[in-house]
Amino acid sequence: MHPILKLVAQRLSLGIILLFAASALIFGLTEILPGDAAQAQLGQAATPESLANLREEMGLNRPALTRYTEWIGGMMTGDMGNALSNKLPIGEQIGKRLGATIFLASWAALISVPLAILLGLVAVRYQNRWPDKVISGSTLTFISLPEFMLAYILIFIIGVKLQWAPSFANVSPDMPLLEKLHAISLPVTVLTLVVLAHMMRMTRAAILNVMQSAYIETAELKGLTSFEVIRKHAFPNAIAPIVNVVMLNLAYLVVGVVVVEAVFAYPGMGQYLVDAVVKRDVPVVLTSGVIFAAVYIVLNMIADVVSILSNPRLRHPK
Amino acid sequence: MSEPLLKVRDLKIGATIYPPDAKPHDIEIVHGVDFDVMPGKVLGLIGESGAGKSTIGLAAMAYGRGGVKLTGGEVWVNGRDVLQSSRSDVRDLRGGEVTYVSQSAAASFNPAKKIMEQVTEAAILQGKFSKADAEKRAIELFRKLDLPDPENIGTRFPHQVSGGQLQRCMTALALCPQPDLVVFDEPTTALDVTTQIDVLKAIKEAIADTGVAALYITHDLAVVAQVSDHIMVLRQGEMVEYGDVDQIINAPREEYTKALVSVRSIEHKEKTPSGTPILTVENITARYSGTNFDVLKDINVDLHSGQTLAVVGESGSGKSTLARVITGLLPPTKGRIHFNGRDLSNALSSRKPEDLRELQMIYQMADTAMNPRQTVGTIIGRPLEFYFGLKGAEKQKRIQELLDEIELGEGFQDRYPAELSGGQKQRVCIARALAAKPKLIICDEVTSALDPLVADGILKLLLQLQKVEDVAFLFITHDLATVRAIADSIAVMYQGEVVRYGGKTDVLSPPFDDYTDLLLSSVPEMKLGWLEDVIATRKMQSGGN
Amino acid sequence: MRIPLSAMIGLILTGLYFFAAIFASWIAPYGMAEAVGDVWEPSSAAHWLGTDQIGRDLLTRMIYGGQTTIFIATAATILSFSTGAIFGFIAAVSGGWVDQILSRFVDLMMSIPSLILALVILSAIDVTVLTLIVLMGLLDSTRVFRLARAVAVDISVMEYVEAARLRGEKIFWIIFREILPNALSPLVAEMGLRFIFMVLFISTLSFLGIGVQPPLADWGGIVKENKDGINFGIGAALYPAVAICTLAISVNLVADWVLTRTTSLKGGRG
Repeated sequence: MHPILKLVAQRLSLGIILLFAASALIFGLTEILPGDAAQAQLGQAATPESLANLREEMGLNRPALTRYTEWIGGMMTGDMGNALSNKLPIGEQIGKRLGATIFLASWAALISVPLAILLGLVAVRYQNRWPDKVISGSTLTFISLPEFMLAYILIFIIGVKLQWAPSFANVSPDMPLLEKLHAISLPVTVLTLVVLAHMMRMTRAAILNVMQSAYIETAELKGLTSFEVIRKHAFPNAIAPIVNVVMLNLAYLVVGVVVVEAVFAYPGMGQYLVDAVVKRDVPVVLTSGVIFAAVYIVLNMIADVVSILSNPRLRHPK
Repeated sequence: MSEPLLKVRDLKIGATIYPPDAKPHDIEIVHGVDFDVMPGKVLGLIGESGAGKSTIGLAAMAYGRGGVKLTGGEVWVNGRDVLQSSRSDVRDLRGGEVTYVSQSAAASFNPAKKIMEQVTEAAILQGKFSKADAEKRAIELFRKLDLPDPENIGTRFPHQVSGGQLQRCMTALALCPQPDLVVFDEPTTALDVTTQIDVLKAIKEAIADTGVAALYITHDLAVVAQVSDHIMVLRQGEMVEYGDVDQIINAPREEYTKALVSVRSIEHKEKTPSGTPILTVENITARYSGTNFDVLKDINVDLHSGQTLAVVGESGSGKSTLARVITGLLPPTKGRIHFNGRDLSNALSSRKPEDLRELQMIYQMADTAMNPRQTVGTIIGRPLEFYFGLKGAEKQKRIQELLDEIELGEGFQDRYPAELSGGQKQRVCIARALAAKPKLIICDEVTSALDPLVADGILKLLLQLQKVEDVAFLFITHDLATVRAIADSIAVMYQGEVVRYGGKTDVLSPPFDDYTDLLLSSVPEMKLGWLEDVIATRKMQSGGN
Repeated sequence: MRIPLSAMIGLILTGLYFFAAIFASWIAPYGMAEAVGDVWEPSSAAHWLGTDQIGRDLLTRMIYGGQTTIFIATAATILSFSTGAIFGFIAAVSGGWVDQILSRFVDLMMSIPSLILALVILSAIDVTVLTLIVLMGLLDSTRVFRLARAVAVDISVMEYVEAARLRGEKIFWIIFREILPNALSPLVAEMGLRFIFMVLFISTLSFLGIGVQPPLADWGGIVKENKDGINFGIGAALYPAVAICTLAISVNLVADWVLTRTTSLKGGRG
């Protein structure tokens, strides 16, 4: 087998192991911490008898390992059990909400990725001159704010004062696309700004790193124009680090989306998770937590695989 | 007489430096240099680090590396001052009229592109050749440079060929556009000595065949003497001496040039071994964990008290691994080490304090061998405190004695390593080793990172200390000149084995085995025509480079 | 020693914030939970920043909120650093299976975004200031672990550490005299960044309703309490944004300065 395929296969199997380990960790954490789903549901009203009855009813008396295997098996077959708070099937809820979240996150990614790479290139081209300083300064500001605060600043200015976009992201599945986009314009902007800031800083660093290589000097000494140097020599070597940066920041979107959905009352996975946490609905928290973790792990894994695939030393072994 | 191809007048070069606790400011690193290069002639630029030779070389391409700025003077190439040229004219100059060969071809080739594409790029871009012609020419050059499989080597990626081959590919890259002038910037310095000779020969023949002019930059006078017509000696941004190669080598006028020419001519008479050895290495075999081959195979050597055993070999010969085994950092798989009348235990952790004290080590890079956060006093004082329990005034006194011994004197105790020069740093490391009153010091390439004159000073100091302190040296080096200067006995290592071992005179006298012959003959000598003589007479080709 | 202007501004502002946090009860004009005016009064001489959604003085809430936020963030940073750095150094110096176990566990923890992990845990335990500090500190210690381990590994392969081992020095000397002095600057710079992250983290948790619980004020909570005002054009919820942003930028400026001083490491007694 080609050594690179072996490396990729290794990385993929490692990712799968990690997925299971992460789900076990999340499951285990809710196990070893004081209190369980039954207690959480009964709250202050719990008496020893009612607790014991509910545990019996929910099957919490069986060994943790059995319950974990059942739970993870259910996850994979789509049977995720029912929510504690309203007894609705979790799988159905997630089916609806996952799509909405992916819709929101994809638009944010679609805008922020090209913009981040472009701004990164501009910052490198004008390194230490005013365009670089303006870009770096403003991204520092965005990094220094929690997502929800940035969201309220935008709501205040754009939603309330200027009235350009709705402050709440009311979307329903049967809305036409344009209306949907109008509804989510503010949350998409917030996500874009936050991700853009991180992504652009890392892109800039990655390109600068490539530009300092000796082979860039070789290209300059061949009489290439600075555009040709970038296109022919810097760019092929910068793709891998940039893709890596993009993937890592898309993983970051996973976290951002939780908060932003809560702010804009957007009916996605993030809001579902936060609601469940507030209501102490442990089964919902477990399931949606694992889904978020899985997305994060998979994106990170793609980043790793891309950097393996783009390494010429690995692609063309001796 | 024809016009010079390159005419440099009063060239001044500056750089901006950024000290940590002060404002950035400009300094001048080249203070007005003049020289000419005639068409088809080779000028050698020679000097120690900080002489400004690379910077001057790049100025011929109107290029300043990093923060370097060409601040004054004129650089005339083909009849125009390129410092005043337009951007597009400078682009025609670079890669067209003047090309560049760097010290590290491995870093200078783009890892993502095939060799052929990179070799022909400038020739095609400058409009000198069509793609097909450029590739034909490249293959011609590959052949001329003795590269294996010249037809197909261009289809490989840079990491798929060896260092010596890549360095020749870089030469092909520079010659491909048919330039008028090539700047060679230490092109063989990073190579092993037996590889260097072949690359040197290839470069010399390629220069002769193509009739190109060259600036050959190096710190090694013996190397530059083989390829140049004229030599310019530089020191700290100023010209010391200029002359034809015969005059510089055989009749230098300036003191500094004389010192450079006579460097490594320390006379050292070999001492004959007597009594029982202080160190006996018996049947040592070793491998690194996780590998499946032995890096050391059945090594047997002795070292007598107060004498020097030089272990010579190229990279990968296992000479540094031998040092790791003796110090206990790498336990051997077989064999034993006898030291000062005792058996040394294999692992460092189980050695007795006496063993640790009596066996000290000095490293190649003094920079990383000293904690940057400790003062010279702390660095030298710690062994005194650790092994002998010295404290207070007594310790201070001993530190000063040691500093005097290494010729540093007063005022160094409170300095940090960053405030010392390269030679001074290595001296402090020597003092740290001496502080333990050792019986044996392992010196691992201790002079390799230093300029020749500084290295000479260190070698003289070591020889003198050996007399005074009666300490034995295990001297690991790739440099045969160093060996001649300091050794009493020599072990030549090749691919994990000792291929020749004995007293210095015996080892260095014929008849030789093939490898020793190759190694000895590859060391550049300060003699005109040496390169041709060697190529004509040697027995063995260097392997695969 | 010369301190650049940006670092000076950062130092002064950071100092001001900590001063206000420590002496909150002397500085604040009113009581923390005291209703002193009407709902969402605009700013006036009596209430510089106006009042909040139940008529409490907003400047007072902001000062006390700063106290809570900065206290929790500082405590969590200290916890995260002591745990992360100690385990990181141990992993680097001992190597072998100790390093393997610690590093693989940290890999696992870091494969899940810390906000998600925090949400999962907070859904199952009682939320108090103490549990928040412990939770945030431990979750974040994984990042410190990675940095401390990486820095220590880089240093422990240096020849001066090898020289110390060859001399026969004990592990205690090697960690505290050879490695720590050289690892300090990057760790201190990172400490600033971790502190900012903690401020953002606790604010986010409080905003989501699972961090600091009312009536205790904190910056995230103030946004949550006053966010409905925004729809009426009342900016009370935005003051914490200004506070967090300026604090974060000031700490960043200081951290940058510490880092550049490190990269130009030149002896010095720092």
